[in-house]
Amino acid sequence: MLEARDVTVRFGRHIVAVDGVSLGVSPGEVMTLCGPNGAGKSTLLAALAGDRWKGEGSVLMDGRPLPNYSSAELATRRAVLEQTPTLSAAFTVGQLAGLSIPMQVPPERTEEIVRESLDDVGLSARAGHRADVLSGGQRHRAHLARVLGQLAGAEYMAKAGGKASTGGRYLLLDEPTASLDLVHQIAVMKVARRAASRGVGVLVVLHDLNLAAAFSDRIALLCQGRLVALGSAAEVMTAERLSTIYETEIDVDRGPQNNLRITPVLAPSAAV
Amino acid sequence: MASSTMSSRVSAPTAPGANRGWSRILGGRTAMLFLLLMLALILAALAELIFGAVNLSLGEIYRALMGEGDALSSAIVTEIRAPRLFLGMAVGLGLAMSGCSLQGVLRNPLADPGLIGVTGGAAVGAVATIVLGDAIITDLPMAVRPFLLPVAAFTGAAFVTTVVFGVSRRAGTTSIATLILAGVAINAIAGAFIGAMVYISDDRQLRDLTFWTMGSLGASNWTLVLISAGIVLAAVAGIARMGRALDLFQLGERAAYHAGLDVEATKRNVAILSAIAVGAATAAAGPIGFIGLVAPHMARLIVGPEHRLVLPASALIGTTLLLFSDLLVRTAVPPAEPPIGLATSLIGGPFFLWLLLARMRTRGGGVNGGGFNA
Repeated sequence: MLEARDVTVRFGRHIVAVDGVSLGVSPGEVMTLCGPNGAGKSTLLAALAGDRWKGEGSVLMDGRPLPNYSSAELATRRAVLEQTPTLSAAFTVGQLAGLSIPMQVPPERTEEIVRESLDDVGLSARAGHRADVLSGGQRHRAHLARVLGQLAGAEYMAKAGGKASTGGRYLLLDEPTASLDLVHQIAVMKVARRAASRGVGVLVVLHDLNLAAAFSDRIALLCQGRLVALGSAAEVMTAERLSTIYETEIDVDRGPQNNLRITPVLAPSAAV
Repeated sequence: MASSTMSSRVSAPTAPGANRGWSRILGGRTAMLFLLLMLALILAALAELIFGAVNLSLGEIYRALMGEGDALSSAIVTEIRAPRLFLGMAVGLGLAMSGCSLQGVLRNPLADPGLIGVTGGAAVGAVATIVLGDAIITDLPMAVRPFLLPVAAFTGAAFVTTVVFGVSRRAGTTSIATLILAGVAINAIAGAFIGAMVYISDDRQLRDLTFWTMGSLGASNWTLVLISAGIVLAAVAGIARMGRALDLFQLGERAAYHAGLDVEATKRNVAILSAIAVGAATAAAGPIGFIGLVAPHMARLIVGPEHRLVLPASALIGTTLLLFSDLLVRTAVPPAEPPIGLATSLIGGPFFLWLLLARMRTRGGGVNGGGFNA
């Protein structure tokens, strides 16, 4: 399990971005972090990814504190998609997708992984194009392919044996759908679900509550750095709770397939 | 989301894994480009041996190298041109490889070894020796005297780089922005020191230090070549293994860390190794501009962005550029010898511009395409 224990993250003296949060992602589940801007979702995800932070509490992977892992070791256990991934070189989409695959993975397998990852994000046809001239959403998907490639490489190494073979693997995605169209939002969440079905613990930051409700095993609702609720979509997404933390009236009802439907209540002339 | 047939359209050369083995590198277009670069280097090396105040034939050079030549051509080849050739190669190699690694780590296309204060520090050491060294040089044994200046230059380079990195390292992480700004500040201080030295120097010292600051391979002899080439090669061997690390740096430090890179160690190693390489090169030949900046750019334009290709291509281009520059200054107005720095800029500048323009016409993008921070 990848878990935060009483994690408090401070920026400077006065800002508490995450305030005493405890939660854990288990292998095989999709957990989503939801909440308003500034709720501490990305900060919590960064702490769980092993980034440095100042504050109290601890983050553990399979019972061992993250600072005790080397960066190379961590890379074989978890892959992270940043909220705003950057690239300052003229790599092609194919080169970018293979960039994070560990060097120990043999070239033939690397090639296969790149192909599969690009297929997963729907960029196979763009493999030879330069990544820095793609549209924002396509670029984001290319970076997702890179992160998926890293995870697949880690899984390959685990199967091949060695030190990396013990323990769970985790995929941390910070707003992977933010710049994507509807079809690709769903596709990305399906990719997350597929990873979970292979036993990967997936942690996703999402703003789209419907997407979160549809694809998550558990949802952690954060507000002002605190964990407000943690559980299944039905348990967490109540109209009253959502309306309170988002400070706007939100309706929750059931769709035709008993799916949750979460809609903000907007007057016809809501513009004012 | 994408149909499975799409995967068949992923051609092998676009997947980085496909290129990891040397067997794959030595096939196709990339191999051809490297062959051309090597050919250019060989031509430059031969030209360095052939041309000069006295032009030699290939046969004379061969006989001289085999120890069968006449006294004059043997002396020219083995005592003057060969050491000069090897010093030139070492200097070009050191400058190009450190420029390449610094541009990679700093994610800044304008980075060159001068930026982090290496050259400034070397200049302070060298100029101080030229102006103030007369006082102590008479106390030193004859055999040591020629090495006082290179040693002082190297010490200055190492000292200044240490200060720059020390200033920009806080709480276990090195701030790239602070690093560049600290380099600017240190260079300003070094400039003031050199200005002061210029002010108090006499006519001979002034002439010496002016020429030193424009760079030259003229002081080459086998001892100097062996020492500086040895140091440069050791440092460059370290840089040569950082291809993947430099690639990952292009994702930003955070993503590079997530992908398994020890980011701090990489930054530290690049700083130390380039300070050593540039320190040794500058100590032996004075500050030679433009090679460290332009060779990596040319390399990227020719072989693409992957550092496992950019590093060796930079090395080949840097050495070739330096040798051609030296050839130009030696043959322009013999027997006089203008500073090599003039030629590196004269040859490198227009060639670089031509490459840039050619690239823009064919690809519709600059060095790094439309968005440098895409």
